[in-house]
Amino acid sequence: MYRYDEFDQTAVNERVAQFKGQVDRRLKGLMTEEQFKPLRLMNGLYLQLHAYMLRVAIPYGTLSSAQMRMLAHIARKYDKGYGHFTTRQNIQYNWPRLVDTPAILADLAKVQMHGIQTSGNCIRNVTSDPFAGAAADEVEDPRPWCEIIRQWSTFHPEFSYLPRKFKIAVVASERDRAAIKLHDIGIRVVKNAAGETGFEFWIGGGMGRTPIIAKMIKDFVPKADLLDYATACLRVYNALGRRDNIYKARIKILVHEMGLDKFAEAVEEEFARSRGTVKLPEAEIARIQAYFAPPAFADRPARSTVFEAKQFEDRAFRDFVRTNVRAHKAPGHAIVSISLKANGIAPGDATADQMDIVADLAARYSHDEIRVTHEQNLVLPHVALDDVHDVWTVLKSSGLGTANIGLVSDIICCPGLDYCDLANARAIPVAEAIQRRFADLERQHAIGDLKIKMSGCINACGHHHVGHIGILGVDKHGQELYQLQLGGSGAEDASLGKITGAGFPPDRIVDAVETVVETYLGLRTGDDESFLACYRRVGMAPFKAALYEAR
Amino acid sequence: MKLVKEGALAADAWTHVTDDGELPDGGAVIVSLARFKADRDALMGRNAPLGLRLQSHEPPADVAEDLNRFEVVALEFPIFRDGRGYTYAVHLRQRFGFDGEVRAVGDVLWDQIPNMLRCGVDTFEVADDFPLEAFEEARTVFTHVYQPDVSGRATVFELRHG
Repeated sequence: MYRYDEFDQTAVNERVAQFKGQVDRRLKGLMTEEQFKPLRLMNGLYLQLHAYMLRVAIPYGTLSSAQMRMLAHIARKYDKGYGHFTTRQNIQYNWPRLVDTPAILADLAKVQMHGIQTSGNCIRNVTSDPFAGAAADEVEDPRPWCEIIRQWSTFHPEFSYLPRKFKIAVVASERDRAAIKLHDIGIRVVKNAAGETGFEFWIGGGMGRTPIIAKMIKDFVPKADLLDYATACLRVYNALGRRDNIYKARIKILVHEMGLDKFAEAVEEEFARSRGTVKLPEAEIARIQAYFAPPAFADRPARSTVFEAKQFEDRAFRDFVRTNVRAHKAPGHAIVSISLKANGIAPGDATADQMDIVADLAARYSHDEIRVTHEQNLVLPHVALDDVHDVWTVLKSSGLGTANIGLVSDIICCPGLDYCDLANARAIPVAEAIQRRFADLERQHAIGDLKIKMSGCINACGHHHVGHIGILGVDKHGQELYQLQLGGSGAEDASLGKITGAGFPPDRIVDAVETVVETYLGLRTGDDESFLACYRRVGMAPFKAALYEAR
Repeated sequence: MKLVKEGALAADAWTHVTDDGELPDGGAVIVSLARFKADRDALMGRNAPLGLRLQSHEPPADVAEDLNRFEVVALEFPIFRDGRGYTYAVHLRQRFGFDGEVRAVGDVLWDQIPNMLRCGVDTFEVADDFPLEAFEEARTVFTHVYQPDVSGRATVFELRHG
């Protein structure tokens, strides 16, 4: 894991001091709320429906146990004993007091964390593959590049007042576990024929009210050019992006309106002029990469008799392994996902005690590493197969052992009308109702891979456009109504869901989801045809018929 | 309004002339791009220093050929959220090698000053009650920088390796 040196620590400490000064000026009335707003936003502080909300960055989703313990401490001391992990590898606290926020940021700085650029029209927290450094299919660990981008984007003097927010995600495998094609810039680390590292750049993806899948703008940016090329993209966007309408201000609209070719041409011109400006010494790349060197995995046989015996003995453990345990690149190890989607809990919520338990498990069993996923779950990336059963036993006793990763109850969901002042409809209660309807784990396993994603308004924080089943809460004449979408995907085969037809009231949306699922079960060619594959084969018609013709 | 340069009050030798305002006899004036285009010959023939004021939708590239005629380019920040001026300042300094005064006018906020300085702005037209303390803080708030800027100082990436 990366560790701050004196330069990084100084920068974060100075930011805390700066923010303390800003809060002081605000509290003394030397600044209006309007003037304070962009400043607090750039430190992750929102004003929500009931209170302030503080969003803390978990850069590229990587946490140490000490950092997780600090997140637990903050939840206890300054909030109501829990936190909410988001779809952008952040954690949100829903109840901090303004006067406490400088102290919270100071506490975070002690464990090399911050809320910098988790909001505002700037380059946001860089996200990545939660299995980075553990997955067998990556060309190299993408996180050193994320860290380089994090540093380069921190307090960027030119790009702090962009037309709109700007999100960058980086992966290094064919499998896309970070939804790069739904980002303003998506980067895939690749190797060319000579074995040199470079970057595929995807531009102009995003969700919100105008969902667009990113387009590839350049298939190989050499590593020395990474930051110059990114600068060129941002500079063209900052100069030309629309500022007349915030709903048309994202780079996706600019790329769409200019056309990819013209946009790419403008970027190339800028890049040709400014290439070589951002110096990234080889020694600096090597220094940052060294922090991400794989931990010293013990030599272990590829198979573990303990692991296999426990699955044989314990059906619940077998279910857990099936959904929550994935292959690791080191023999005898596994990647263990921890579901934050237990029945009756808001998706992504964890209590302070649960955070401490995960921290303890990471320290003991996972080389001190924890990951946060864009699907609002946690991951212990480096667990010995021999230890998986012990880990599960602890998780199970702490409400963290739910065996539903990738299944119908592993729902992504925004906070919705219960917390957010943008929302038009409740999201969490609907997610919980769906989880209750499909509570039977055996049934969930029979249904197989099925990603439900739900947003409480068209800003799409719950990624409904890319849910295999997407649900969008809208307000129609003062009534909550839920639109259903089918066939989306945020992965390497990215696609946008299509609306089934008229929306459903709160008391019928769960039935509608169940109808879709039952229709799929009747249509699939076999257990191995997933919902998404089936939908892509048969199309919308049979689902539409099942949903609306009986009415 | 007052003019601030290098953290201190500075005498302002320049007069902003509106698009239909009379040009004074002699004396340094700053005119809009529209006025410059309309009265180009008269302005060039005045034999007095000339400055240009660009609105936030008027990139310096639009007037690239003529930039060497101006001693001042004033960049308008109509609202703090409109960040085009940062890129324009970078373009003035780096792309066009403009070495005259780059002046920020409009909705300049305390906490934006460090970024403006780093992008190449060197003077600020601010309200009379704007605290000078902000300019002092701007110079000290961050010890190091992660990105290259117009000062040419070494970034953190470079400092780490001598």
